[in-house]
Amino acid sequence: MKYIDAKDLHYKELNKLIRYEEDTHVTLTNVMGQRFIGCALEGKNIDITGIPGNALGACLNGGSIITVHNNCQDATGDTMDDGEIIVHGNSGDTAGYAMRGGKILIKESGGYRMGLHMKAYNERQPLMIVGNRVGSFCGEYLAGGTIIVLGYRENGNCPVGNFCGTGMYGGRIFLRSNELPKDLSPYIDASVATIEELESIREEVTSFCSLFDITNIDLDKDNFYILSQSKVNEYKKKYTTV
Amino acid sequence: MKVNYFQSEYEVLRDKDRCIDCGICITECANEVHLRDKKGKLLAIDSKCVNCHRCVATCPVNALKIVKNEYCFRENYSWSRHDITNIYRQAETGGVLLASMGTAKEYPIYWDKILINASQVTNPSIDPLREPMETRTFLGKKNNEIEFDNDGEIVINETPFIELATPIMFSAMSYGSISLNAHKALAMAAKDLDILYNCGEGGLHESLYPYGDHTIIQVASGRFGVHSGYLESGAAIEIKIGQGAKPGIGGHLTGAKINKEISKTRMIPEGFDAISPAPHHDIYSIEDLRQLVDVLKEATDYKKPIIVKVAAVHNISSIVSGIARSGADIIAIDGFRGGTGAAPLRIKDNVGIPIELALAACDQRLREEGIRDSVSLVVGGSIRHSADIIKAIALGADAVYIGTSALIALGCHMCRACSMGNCNWGIATQREELVERLNPELGRERLVNLISAWTVELKEMMGGMGINSIEALRGNRLMLRGIGLNEKELEVLGIKSAGE
Repeated sequence: MKYIDAKDLHYKELNKLIRYEEDTHVTLTNVMGQRFIGCALEGKNIDITGIPGNALGACLNGGSIITVHNNCQDATGDTMDDGEIIVHGNSGDTAGYAMRGGKILIKESGGYRMGLHMKAYNERQPLMIVGNRVGSFCGEYLAGGTIIVLGYRENGNCPVGNFCGTGMYGGRIFLRSNELPKDLSPYIDASVATIEELESIREEVTSFCSLFDITNIDLDKDNFYILSQSKVNEYKKKYTTV
Repeated sequence: MKVNYFQSEYEVLRDKDRCIDCGICITECANEVHLRDKKGKLLAIDSKCVNCHRCVATCPVNALKIVKNEYCFRENYSWSRHDITNIYRQAETGGVLLASMGTAKEYPIYWDKILINASQVTNPSIDPLREPMETRTFLGKKNNEIEFDNDGEIVINETPFIELATPIMFSAMSYGSISLNAHKALAMAAKDLDILYNCGEGGLHESLYPYGDHTIIQVASGRFGVHSGYLESGAAIEIKIGQGAKPGIGGHLTGAKINKEISKTRMIPEGFDAISPAPHHDIYSIEDLRQLVDVLKEATDYKKPIIVKVAAVHNISSIVSGIARSGADIIAIDGFRGGTGAAPLRIKDNVGIPIELALAACDQRLREEGIRDSVSLVVGGSIRHSADIIKAIALGADAVYIGTSALIALGCHMCRACSMGNCNWGIATQREELVERLNPELGRERLVNLISAWTVELKEMMGGMGINSIEALRGNRLMLRGIGLNEKELEVLGIKSAGE
C-alpha cells in the first residue's frame, strides 16, 4: 500500500505519481479537486479521501477499483471500458458518459445526464447504480447496459428528473418507485419489472446495499419499473433518400 | 390506378449493334438495373439507376451509355425539378431527405476566384526538378520560447507533433461509411507517402493497427471503439466536434451496415444502430473541451498531438480562437462543401460557410491574437486539386485534408448514393461481394500516384513563385489575387484584387 498526500499537488504531478507507482494499491489523502485521477488506469486500486475533480477514472480499464470516501465531481468514469468506481457520497453531472463496461456505484445522488449513451458489447455490460436519485436526462441515448436508481430516501417518489431515457435505443433503466416519470418519451416502453427482470439485478443490488449499509430496499416487496427501448424504432421511418 | 410521381432521372441506352449479350452488366449492377426478360432479352430499369457508371465501365464492348432523362416539368425559375420531386418524396413518406457527398448546389467556389502569383524578372523562379524544394510539414504547437538549464544547455521541451512528407492528409471517413478495403488502401498509401490518414469515428479495424504511425484516430460523440489500446494506436487523436457537411447534427449508421467486422471494431452488437449524438454531452464550453483534450493527453501520457475538428460556421474565428486556448495542438476546419456518407439534405445544402472564407478569417484572428503558432490549422471540405492546396496554404493553412478526391482516386464516380449501401465500386458499401471489387493494392497505387503528382504540381507552382519551402508559402497572401470578388470578400480573404 502506497500513501500519497495530494495536498498542493497539481493534477499532472499527482497522476504521474499514480501512473508510475509500482504498488498496485494507492491511497490518496487531501485530494482537492484534482482532475483525471486514474485516467486510463489498468490493474490498480485507488482509495481517495477528499474530493476528486472532474473526469475521475476516465477511460478506466479492467482490474481497477477506485473508491471515493466523499463526493465526486463531473464526468466520473467518462468513456470507461472496465473496472469499478465506488463513491460513498454524491456525484456531479454526466457520470458514466459512453461507458462500455465496468461498474459505477454511487451511494447517494447524481446530477444531470447520468449514464448518458452507455453501451454494451459482448461480455462488457456496464452497470450504474445510484442509491438515491438523479437529475434530468438520465440514460439519454442509452444504447446498452443497466442503470438502476434506487431512491432509498425518496419514499417511493419518482427518483429521476425530467426526460429520463430520452432517445434510448438499447439497455435498461430500473427505477425503484411507485410512480413513473411524468414526461416519459413515447419511444420508451415502461412496465413494472417482472420477477425474472428483478432476479437479473438481485445480486448487484444486494451487494450495493450491503456495501453502503442501505437497509430499506426490498426487491421482493418494493415496486420497480423497468424502462427499455420501444418496439417502435423512432429512427426507422425518419429518412427518405434523395 | 397507380400514379407514378417519379420519372427516372437517367436513361440507360444499350447499343444493340454492339451488345454481345454477355450479361456482365447484370452481375456488376448492385442496384439491379439490368435484367433479362422471359425470353432472355437484356432490359434496363432506368428508375433504379443511380448513374454510377459501373456497367458502362465494365461493358467489354462499350455498348452502354447513361444519359440524363430529358423529361421535364413546365419551366419555372423558382421551382426546379428537384424541388418538385423532393416534395413528392416527402409527401409520400413523411421522411427527412437524406443525401450523400458534398452539396451539389451552385454556391460560389472561392478557390476559383483566386489567382496565384509567379516570379518575373525581379525574383527568379525555381525549377523543382533541379533545385531542392521542401514540402515536409510539421503539425502541432510550435514553442516560441527557448529554455536553458543551469549549464546553459538548451532544454529540449518538444510538444508532440505530426510530420508529413507533403501537406496533404486523407480526412476522416469511418469504417462503416466506407469499406475495409477502402480503409486498407488509404492506410497503405499513407504509409508509402509518409503522410497520415484518418480512420474516422468508427474505431480502427485490428488489421490496420500496424499502420498506426500513419493513422489519426478519431474520438467523436458516440465514442465508438474508443478504448486505451485504440487511443495508443495512432499518431494523433482527433476530437470530432463537427463535420462540414452536417454542422450541428450527429451521425447515424444504420444497423443494416453493422456487420460482424464493424461490430467488432465499433464495439457494439451486430445489426444495432450506431448513433452519434449531436454534441459531445461532456462538452458544453471551451473549458469542457479542454477537459476532454486533457483526458486524452493523460490517457496517452502526453505523447500524442490532439486535433480538434470543427465545421466552418458563422463566427468560426471566435470558435477557433477558443479552441486554440483549449490545449489542442492542431485545429481542423471542415468547409460546408465537404463530403459525407449520409446527411440530411437541407442541412448539407444550407448550413455552414465556405472553407476559403473560414480559413482566412481564422488565420487572421489567430495572428491578431498572437497565438497563431500555438496551433496548426488543417482545412478540408472541397479540396479538388493541387492549386486548391496552394491557395489554402497561402491563405494560412498548414496542411489540407482530402476525402472526396481520395475516393475518386479509388474509383468513386460521384453518383452520391453512398447512403444506400450498394456502392458498385466497393467503396461506400459493406456488402462483401461489392467490397471485393476494390483491390486495396491497386487502390494504394492510385492514391500514391495522385498525391505524388499533386506534390510535383505543388513544387512547380511554388517554384514559379520563387518559393522553395512550404513554410514560406504559409499565410503568404501576397501570392494571391482575387478575381470577380467584391471588396468585402477581398477583405475577409485578406487578399488584393487581380491587377493591384
